[in-house]
Amino acid sequence: MGMKKSNIILSGVGGQGILTIAGIIGMATLKEKLYFKQSEVHGMSQRGGAVQSNFRIADTPVASDLVPLGQADLILSVEPLETLRYLPFLNKNGWLVCNSSPFINVPDYPELEKILNTIAEWPNHLIIDADKIAKDLGNRRGSNMVILGAASQYICLDFESLESGISAIFERKGDAVVQQNLLALRAGRDAALK
Amino acid sequence: MNEVVLLGAEAIAQGAIDGGMSGVYAYPGTPSTEITEYIQRNSGARKEGIHSEWSANEKTAMESAIGMSYAGKRAMVCMKHVGLNVAADPFINSAITGAGGGLIVVVADDPSMHSSQNEQDSRFYGDFALLPILEPADQQEAYDMAYNGFSLSEKVGLPVLMRITTRLSHSRSRVLRMKNIAENELKLPDDKKKFILLPSIARERYKLLLNLQDDLTELSENAAYNTLKDGNDRSLGIIACGISHNYLMENYPEGIPHPVLKIGQYPVPVKKIKEITSSCKEILVLEEGYPILEKSLLGLLNNSPVPIRGRLDGSLPRDGELNSDLVRKALGMEVHNGPEIPEIMVNRPPALCKGCGHIDIYHSLIEALTDFGEGRTFADIGCYTLGALPPYNAINTCVDMGASITMAKGAADAGLVPSVAVIGDSTFTHSGMTGLLDAVIENSPITIIISDNETTGMTGGQVSSAVGRIEGICLGIGVEESHLKIVTPLKKNHDENVQVILNELNYHGISVIIARRECIQTASKRKRIEVETKSLSTKS
Repeated sequence: MGMKKSNIILSGVGGQGILTIAGIIGMATLKEKLYFKQSEVHGMSQRGGAVQSNFRIADTPVASDLVPLGQADLILSVEPLETLRYLPFLNKNGWLVCNSSPFINVPDYPELEKILNTIAEWPNHLIIDADKIAKDLGNRRGSNMVILGAASQYICLDFESLESGISAIFERKGDAVVQQNLLALRAGRDAALK
Repeated sequence: MNEVVLLGAEAIAQGAIDGGMSGVYAYPGTPSTEITEYIQRNSGARKEGIHSEWSANEKTAMESAIGMSYAGKRAMVCMKHVGLNVAADPFINSAITGAGGGLIVVVADDPSMHSSQNEQDSRFYGDFALLPILEPADQQEAYDMAYNGFSLSEKVGLPVLMRITTRLSHSRSRVLRMKNIAENELKLPDDKKKFILLPSIARERYKLLLNLQDDLTELSENAAYNTLKDGNDRSLGIIACGISHNYLMENYPEGIPHPVLKIGQYPVPVKKIKEITSSCKEILVLEEGYPILEKSLLGLLNNSPVPIRGRLDGSLPRDGELNSDLVRKALGMEVHNGPEIPEIMVNRPPALCKGCGHIDIYHSLIEALTDFGEGRTFADIGCYTLGALPPYNAINTCVDMGASITMAKGAADAGLVPSVAVIGDSTFTHSGMTGLLDAVIENSPITIIISDNETTGMTGGQVSSAVGRIEGICLGIGVEESHLKIVTPLKKNHDENVQVILNELNYHGISVIIARRECIQTASKRKRIEVETKSLSTKS
């Protein structure tokens, strides 16, 4: 059996930047020469629906493109309600890392406090106000990077690899964008360590 | 060799580019869209001048690909599973003509209907057409099969069907590339008549196709994609097709004790199947989609020498996508469920974007229809199908591309007057135009709303063949100018638009109302690119 392994479920709502997170983890995984498979959702669900991406990393070849039930080490969610949608995939030592800011586009969206309390019932949880942290950094669209930073300690990759992943993904948008997102990543990590 | 990270769909695209393809033809459709999109933005493909413009529909795409193959060059055509219904005529006949230059037909099936109206299994079509089928298990095989598929096609002189499913199409992994193969030279077929399917010629061609079948099976017996691995525990043998092999292996991280036949090339390797069925007490068949192989192993008389398990005996669900947990259950192993989904969870279905023009025209249509009674709106395939959901509940049907106009006509013929069709711009040029001609010829009392967002929206904003052409097409087909209206679907125009629709509903004849406003997703993407290009150009 391999020594390095992470089964991650990235969750949120279409358009919240999950695929960007997946792209960065992908570049980092490549840098560390690990095996991986990452499945994602295209098409109809992207229109404001619940979306997820399964990311599986290991130092031995990965078979299934999907995380099996009860095998996720981490559910990283950019939206609180979406954290709970994939609970059956979480393993008993798995972590929930999520953004506390809701994305409300359905009429029967539950009370936010109830959602956060339900998340907090799970022993390994980390709830971060990523929207606020990103806003304070003047990078409103960077809350997905904040969450990735917060969750980084539960992913079997070096933090530096994630940083170089950001550089690679945002390179064509110029250095300023790279730096902004690096700041958001580090701010997320620091918020989690507090 | 160099290593890249690709979606399954992109691996096919890269494999085809590296494998000497001269052109790809396609109409967008989830989960196949990303193949052509990749080729369109690939600098290598652009430099070589590989054709990659979108086609009007899957039928025109298939026919263009056959034409390129006729001219001796390597061509690929890509579509989603239901697109093959549209392209079925040229597809089936392409098996009779045979191929010139290598011809790969990539069809992406959508089990579980993530973005589709059925979960038909394209392997049926391959078998029906008597063509070889390739079914990759992972991204590397997807690359390899596209790369090598052209030479397989040229070797047997037939098109090759390549079948993938949503999961592989939209899953990324590392892929090793091979060296680039040069494109074929222009070359006419040796047999100058083989592409003329006159009955007298078609009969001969069909016999040749039938005579080839044994050779195709023999190729499958020796294909690298069909492997039989022995195992000590012969209480069970497993036959795993395509991606289902991954779900099997997921459950045996230390290696599998049972004999396993992995199938990636069809027609199925009969000798290998005989070998595994004769050496094992029981067979479990894993296949994504329909239980095609399972059914043929069972036979009509259920005379298999050993019990066959799979989707038909309840070991696996009859419908829906497979996964490692469903396979695990079929293997008799315990599934490790995590915590249950809490009761407070609610669904978050896809929805029309805030500010979308479809919303505004639906509001106007609903109001205009109030006094006519319900059940009159025949819609079509695209983002606007989401108008079926609350709070709009605006449409009554969605069957297939183009069916809005023809179904409205049929209902009007039956006496449901007025009937309304709602169709998008890209769907209109895909399959709506011919139905419009039917309605024009009979001056059917229907009102057609072309909700024109100037793009192919649902699949992510591909260029629509309809842009700038809709009025001309409608007038050319014979819609009267006085009943061809153009409105802008915006809140502020609501009352005005209701009146336009009402006027046309009250007219006993055919009307077309074009509700035109650019898709807000496409618009913001366009603006973002403009800003980026501008900032980059000011820097340099």
